[in-house]
Amino acid sequence: MELRTSYAQDLRLVSGTAGWAALLAFLGVLVALPLFAPRYVVYVATLVGVHGLVAVGLNLLMGYTGQISLGHAGFVAIGAYAHGLLLTRLGWGFGPAFLAAAGLSGVAGSLVGLPALRLTGPYLAVATLGFGLAVHQGLVNWEALSGGRSGLFFPEVSVLGRSLRDERVLYWVVLAVVAFLVLVACRLVRSYIGRAFVAIRDSEISASTVGIHLTAYKTLAFGLSALYAGTAGALLGHVMGFLEPQLFTLFESVYFLAMVVVGGLGSVSGSLLGAALLTLLPQLLSGMREALNVVYGLVLLLVLRFDPGGLYGRWLRIWRYGKSWPL
Amino acid sequence: MTLLLQYVVNGLASGSLYALVALGIVLLYRCSRVLNFAHGDLSSVGVFLALSALTAGWPYPLALAAGLGGAGVLAVSFYRVFLRPVRGGTVLGSVIATLAFALVLSGVQVWVWGTQTRVFPFPLSESRVVRWGGVAVSERTVGTLGIGMLLVAGLSVFVRKSRWGLAMRAVAQDPEAAQMVGVPAGRVLAATWALSGVLGASAGVLLAPAVFVDPFMMLDPFLKGFTAAVLGGIESLPGAVVGGFGLGVLESLFAGYVSVRFKTTLAFGVIVAALLVRPEGLLGRPLQRRV
Repeated sequence: MELRTSYAQDLRLVSGTAGWAALLAFLGVLVALPLFAPRYVVYVATLVGVHGLVAVGLNLLMGYTGQISLGHAGFVAIGAYAHGLLLTRLGWGFGPAFLAAAGLSGVAGSLVGLPALRLTGPYLAVATLGFGLAVHQGLVNWEALSGGRSGLFFPEVSVLGRSLRDERVLYWVVLAVVAFLVLVACRLVRSYIGRAFVAIRDSEISASTVGIHLTAYKTLAFGLSALYAGTAGALLGHVMGFLEPQLFTLFESVYFLAMVVVGGLGSVSGSLLGAALLTLLPQLLSGMREALNVVYGLVLLLVLRFDPGGLYGRWLRIWRYGKSWPL
Repeated sequence: MTLLLQYVVNGLASGSLYALVALGIVLLYRCSRVLNFAHGDLSSVGVFLALSALTAGWPYPLALAAGLGGAGVLAVSFYRVFLRPVRGGTVLGSVIATLAFALVLSGVQVWVWGTQTRVFPFPLSESRVVRWGGVAVSERTVGTLGIGMLLVAGLSVFVRKSRWGLAMRAVAQDPEAAQMVGVPAGRVLAATWALSGVLGASAGVLLAPAVFVDPFMMLDPFLKGFTAAVLGGIESLPGAVVGGFGLGVLESLFAGYVSVRFKTTLAFGVIVAALLVRPEGLLGRPLQRRV
C-alpha cells in the first residue's frame, strides 16, 4: 500500500488515472455484457449481483461492526415477500414496492438488533439463528401469506416501460441497484459512521469511552445490513420468478456468511469477489449437487486455516508484491 | 389430569435428548470457548456409522461403539487439524469454522448414504407400551429417559470427581494457569472434543429408533439442544440439563394445548425472550467483564 500523506487520500475511492480507467472499463464491460453474452451468462451475472448485495450488507455487520448474524436469509425473505405481496396483493408499481420492501427489512433488522445490544459472541449467534429459523418456519406454516410450499409467483412488472421478464432489463436494473448500494457502502465505511463501526468491532469499551453511542450504531449496523439483504431479496424474487420458503433456509444464511468470509471480512470489494466465486462454483458443479455443501465447507475451512484475510487479503498481498518487485 | 401427565412424560422423554445434546455443547463451550455448530452433524454421522456397521453384520454393541467412537474421532481430528493451529482466534472465526465443518459433514452424509430414509433397529420397541396409571409410555421412551439420565449422572460424576474432570474444569477457568501447574491443556481440550462428540452421537442413537434416519435427522434436535444450552446458561452443566428437560416439557405442553405446527417456532421464541430477560441463562452466572 502506498504511503498516504493526507486525509483526502484516505477518503478517495479510486486513485490515479490508471485506477479510473480500469474502473470505467470494468463498468463498461458490465453494462455491455447482455449485448454480447448468452442468456445463461446474463442470468448468472444477475444472481452474482443479488448475492453480492447480501454479502456487502452482511460484511457491514460482520466485517466492520463485528456482530455475527446467522439469520440473514430471514432478512432476504422479508424483503422478497414484502415486495412480492405488495406487487401481487396491493398492485403497487415496482418502484414503491421495492422501496417499501427495502425499508421494511431495514426496520426488521433494527428490531432484531435491539436484543443484540445485550448479547455478545455465541449468544448473538444463537439469537440471530433463531430469528432466521423463525422466519423460515413462519413462511412454511403461514400459507395464507406465503403461498406455502406451492410458492408465490411474481407478476410481470415494468421499469421505465421495459418488462422485467426480459433478463437483460432485469440485469441492468440489478446492476444499477448494486452499483449504487456498493458506492454507498464504500463511502459509508470511510465516513465517521464506518469508523464508529470499526471502533465497536475492535473494542466496545474503548469505543464507548470515546463517545460512540453503542446502542445507536449497533442498531444502525443491523438495520443497514438487513436493508441490503431485503433489497437483494426483492430482486431475487424477480430473478427466480417465484418465491418459496425453501429459498430461505439456514443453509442460505450460512452460504451468505461463507461469501463474506471467503471474500475477506472488512472489505466491500472482497464481498463482491466472494459472492462471485461462491455463486459460480455451484454453476460449475451443477452435475453433482450433493458435493455442493462439501465444496462450500472445504473452501471455507481452507480459507480460515490458510488465508484468514480471504480473497481480498490474498489479492492485496499479490498486489504489494508486484508493486515492490523485484525487491 | 391424565392428559397433562401424559404431556409432561412425553416432554421429559424428548427433553432428555435435548439435555444430552445440550450437555455436549456446554461441555465443549466451557472448556474451549467454541460453540460447536457441527454438533448435530457429528452425531448423525455417528448414527450412520453405527447403522452401516449393523448392516455389515457387526454385533449390536460393537456397531454402537463404532458409531460413538467414530463421532469422537471425527471431532478430535477437526479440533487438531483446523482449530488448534489457529488458537487465540476470534469467537467469530471459530463459529465460522464449525459451521463450515457442519456443511462438509452434511454434504458427505448426503453423498455417502443418500437422502433416502432408513430404519434404525433398537432392542426396545416403540409400539409396546408400558401403562402406568392412565399414562401410556412406550418402551423406547422409558429406555431413552433411563439411559439419558444415566449418561447425565455419569457425566456429572466424571466432571466433578475424576482427575480428567478436574483438568477440564481447570482449563475452562484459565488455560494458561492450568498449563502452568502441569495440566496438558491441548490433550484435555482434545479429550473434551471427543467426549462431546460421543455424547452427541449417543443422543443421536437414542433418537434414531423414533424417527427415520436421514442426513438431516439431527438438525431439529440439535437446534433444540442448542436452545436448551443457552436457556440454561451456556457455561453451566446443570443448566443444560434443566434447560433440556424444561424445553422438552414446555414444547410438549404447547403442542398439546395450543398448536403442534408452531412447536419449533416456540423454541426460538423462548430463546429470544429468555435472552432478553436473563442474558446469562437460567443457571448461568451473570456476565461480568473486566475492563
